[in-house]
Amino acid sequence: MEGMKPEDIKVILATDCGSTTTKAILIEQRDGEYRLIVRGEAPTTVEAPFEDVTMGVLNAIAEVEELSGRKLLDEEHRIIAPAKDKVGTDIYISTSSAGGGLQMMVAGVVRSMTAESAERAALGAGAIVMDVIASNDKRLPHQQIERIRHLRPDMILLSGGIDGGTTTHVVELAELISAADPRPRLGSGYNLPVIYAGNSEARPAIKETLENKVALDIVDNLRPVLERENLLPAREKIHDLFMEHVMAQAPGYGRLMSWTDAPIMPTPGAVGLIIKTIAELEDIEVVGVDIGGATTDVFSVFQETFNRTVSANLGMSYSVSNVFAETGVPNVMRWVPFDMDERDLRNRVKNKMIRPTTIPQSLKELVFEQAIAKEALRLAFIQHKNFATVLKGVQQQRTIADAFDQQVGGQTLVNMMDLNMLIGSGGVLSHAPRRQQAAMMLIDAFMPEGVTRLAVDSIFMMPQLGVLSTLHEKAATEVFNKDCLIHLGTCVAPAGEIKGSGQVLEYRIEMPGGGVEEGSINAMEMKLIKLGIDEKTNLPVKAKASLTPAKNLDLGAGKGHKVTTDVSGGVVGVVLDGRGRPYAPADDKKVRVENLKTWMAELDIYDKSALEEL
Amino acid sequence: MAHAYTPGLKVTEKTLLSKRRILPLKGEVVVKVGDKVSPDDIVAKTELPGNVEPMNVANILGVPPEDVEECMTKKIGEEVEQGEVIAKSKSFFGLFTSTCKAKIGGKIENISSVTGQVLLRGEPIPVTVKAYLKGEVTEVIPQEGVVVTTWGSFAQGIFGIGGETHGELKVVSPDSRTILNDSDINDDLKDKIIVGGSLVTADALKKAISVGVRGIVVGGFNDKDLRDFLGYDLGVAITGNEEKGITLVVTEGFGEINMAEHTYNLLKSKEGQLACIHGATQIRAGVIRPEVVIPLEGDVHAKDEKVAVASKGLEVGSPVRVIRHPYFGVIGEVTDLPSPLQKLESESMARVLEVELEGGKKAIIPRANVELLEE
Repeated sequence: MEGMKPEDIKVILATDCGSTTTKAILIEQRDGEYRLIVRGEAPTTVEAPFEDVTMGVLNAIAEVEELSGRKLLDEEHRIIAPAKDKVGTDIYISTSSAGGGLQMMVAGVVRSMTAESAERAALGAGAIVMDVIASNDKRLPHQQIERIRHLRPDMILLSGGIDGGTTTHVVELAELISAADPRPRLGSGYNLPVIYAGNSEARPAIKETLENKVALDIVDNLRPVLERENLLPAREKIHDLFMEHVMAQAPGYGRLMSWTDAPIMPTPGAVGLIIKTIAELEDIEVVGVDIGGATTDVFSVFQETFNRTVSANLGMSYSVSNVFAETGVPNVMRWVPFDMDERDLRNRVKNKMIRPTTIPQSLKELVFEQAIAKEALRLAFIQHKNFATVLKGVQQQRTIADAFDQQVGGQTLVNMMDLNMLIGSGGVLSHAPRRQQAAMMLIDAFMPEGVTRLAVDSIFMMPQLGVLSTLHEKAATEVFNKDCLIHLGTCVAPAGEIKGSGQVLEYRIEMPGGGVEEGSINAMEMKLIKLGIDEKTNLPVKAKASLTPAKNLDLGAGKGHKVTTDVSGGVVGVVLDGRGRPYAPADDKKVRVENLKTWMAELDIYDKSALEEL
Repeated sequence: MAHAYTPGLKVTEKTLLSKRRILPLKGEVVVKVGDKVSPDDIVAKTELPGNVEPMNVANILGVPPEDVEECMTKKIGEEVEQGEVIAKSKSFFGLFTSTCKAKIGGKIENISSVTGQVLLRGEPIPVTVKAYLKGEVTEVIPQEGVVVTTWGSFAQGIFGIGGETHGELKVVSPDSRTILNDSDINDDLKDKIIVGGSLVTADALKKAISVGVRGIVVGGFNDKDLRDFLGYDLGVAITGNEEKGITLVVTEGFGEINMAEHTYNLLKSKEGQLACIHGATQIRAGVIRPEVVIPLEGDVHAKDEKVAVASKGLEVGSPVRVIRHPYFGVIGEVTDLPSPLQKLESESMARVLEVELEGGKKAIIPRANVELLEE
């Protein structure tokens, strides 16, 4: 694309090399707007026996060729550029999380302060944080050294101390790293990259300690003063080093890097970019989740603060067994409306773990897999809430009204009542055979409160659009709005504990056609009101709603107070959820199963007669 | 899309196998190209740097960090013994002496004037690499290790537990469908690699360990028994370092699943011969599968004709194994590969294939749910 003006770019090819599958999308400008044309996928080939990521990329592109009729590869399997008629592409870009993605270790002086800021910087850049070493992490120095030595990360981010503060502790950490003499994960022909982003006054001592042992890079302090984080320089350096050191070592990436028109970005870093953009453009509080085979990423923007967490061992294939182990059989079975023998169930989970690329063929397998997905998402979100907090260690200005408030800082930024939009992504959500299933998984896992819009990434192309936004924002935004996001609808859920079986919500929704939907729902009842998508604009239809919760319940305006707001439609509609927050499933198994079946029937989650037969 | 298929596990009568036997860090190779080696022969050795023990000498002596260097009685690189004085300071006009004694024996690695910390490096830890196979050294990678090559029968497993071991192969279950029970295990099986049918029970596994069986190769294993055996629920499939006194190679999967006939017959035909096995499994980032190798005689420099025939991928006529319910474990032959996506019972749209199962029944199965049977 060198020398090409953005307006001349008509054809865009993008791939995402995941740990299981490589996905390719083809975007073309037609009638003045950029649209997704086709999508192809193939198994990722970063592992033996192939050990060359480009094979999977070429296979995925070959599928795009087959489906679109556009010739993209020449006889020697090279991408044809630029585009001319039905041949070639103007841009080719890629993201990657194959081969375990970017694995980092971070270190900081105080666990809840600089070490946590360093962790935030690494996570925000798209890394998996293998361990956080801190001067006060209760491990003895020799244990920390053993750990650093044992882990073999792709890189280390070292921080500590505010600018002008004490240098001793952070230099001590550098000495530990130096003593451990850590080796990079991939290959032994180069030194491990270490980024120093701590107290600027300690730089000479850090240099002296580390320069001869590692590939040292120094950037601005990521916590220059206690009250403020400055994560961007560290994040950018992580991205640079990811390309230079990590990607260049992974099998086949050297070749892939030479094909792309923009640096290869770690998949979660690219998804984070897109989530941030949505929150900024619409000025809303957003939670996004990407559930993959090995890991689950949660992104949030609350009070204009972006946070990302990776739950490294919560996922639907490689890590499925870990989800099961962490949550336990009863937590999975509470979402399953039929009996399963525990021995059989355990074997099925393990068989999915050892054969991660298989898909559910029978309905029973699908219901079961979606139940595990709800638990994976729920656990990942708990981790996210604990991490996405206001800065710890900062003196808060308090008024007399706060005098009885026992919170001491570090409270979570995630407020489910303020959440405007919940976006799901990843195979189990994007490929759910019915969109209602995706909506139900999001509601059951995240338990949104008040009025919350729900959406899914149609075919998992947020990563590709994230990296595209750095190169061609117009194309990225157009495709995102029209083809990527599938608006599911809105969840209306009064928060508060449900007592007894009485009415929990009164609603009146003025439908755009002129009709009115009104009525009430009782405790433990769910109801679906159809409200769709405008076919012309592909955007959700809006309707004015008056919603009054029962006197002990809250929809955002206080207990028992009426809320008047617009609710958005979608391919599912408006879901009224009378299960209360927190949701407590019935203790009696028979009642629980009956409840599940009723909700599944009301929301049309599965084929009703087939479900009865299970 | 003909490229998109799951490569199956390899089970082959005779192939040329080369194993890289590499040290975790540079060291010394103790064999040379052409040497004949046995599984227990050491081929390379090295020493891992010893553990590090940091001591904050400034705090112990009560002196500023910048004064630590002059208080040291031992310098960088000097050897010290545990309890030996490494630094001392005088205070109060020289009347009182504080000393600092080495916590461990080793060498002084670093003295910091910024933190006042002294690093002691302990004795080196010896590490050796064995040949694992019976074969010939065909390549020496200087300072790193060797490649050991042999002709052998080879069977990959899907999942395993425990490290490398070897022993005489003994088929215990009368066929591939029989469960390996504790009553099948007796003292004669000590030091042997035994082969079972569709499942090994928890009791059989326990008894095998107690009589000293070195390894078990079997079709299936129950996850519940795996948890009891390991003492924890395995979250991610990364195994091989368990020290349970036995190595387990599961060829088909979890649950009671008949060992593939081809695999069983191959092992049966090699009964009485040396088998080298490992249970190491890693399903993420650099797939490692457990394996059974039965070394055979033959010129390791001859060409393996089979390797030249690259796997052709899924085609009509390809033998496949179904790897997910409802046909899990069943073997059949591809009879059709329709191109358009089809709706499954789960209502998912997926690329499928038609398989003729044993007994002549035909079934439509997602392509993702079969693996090619490879020889």
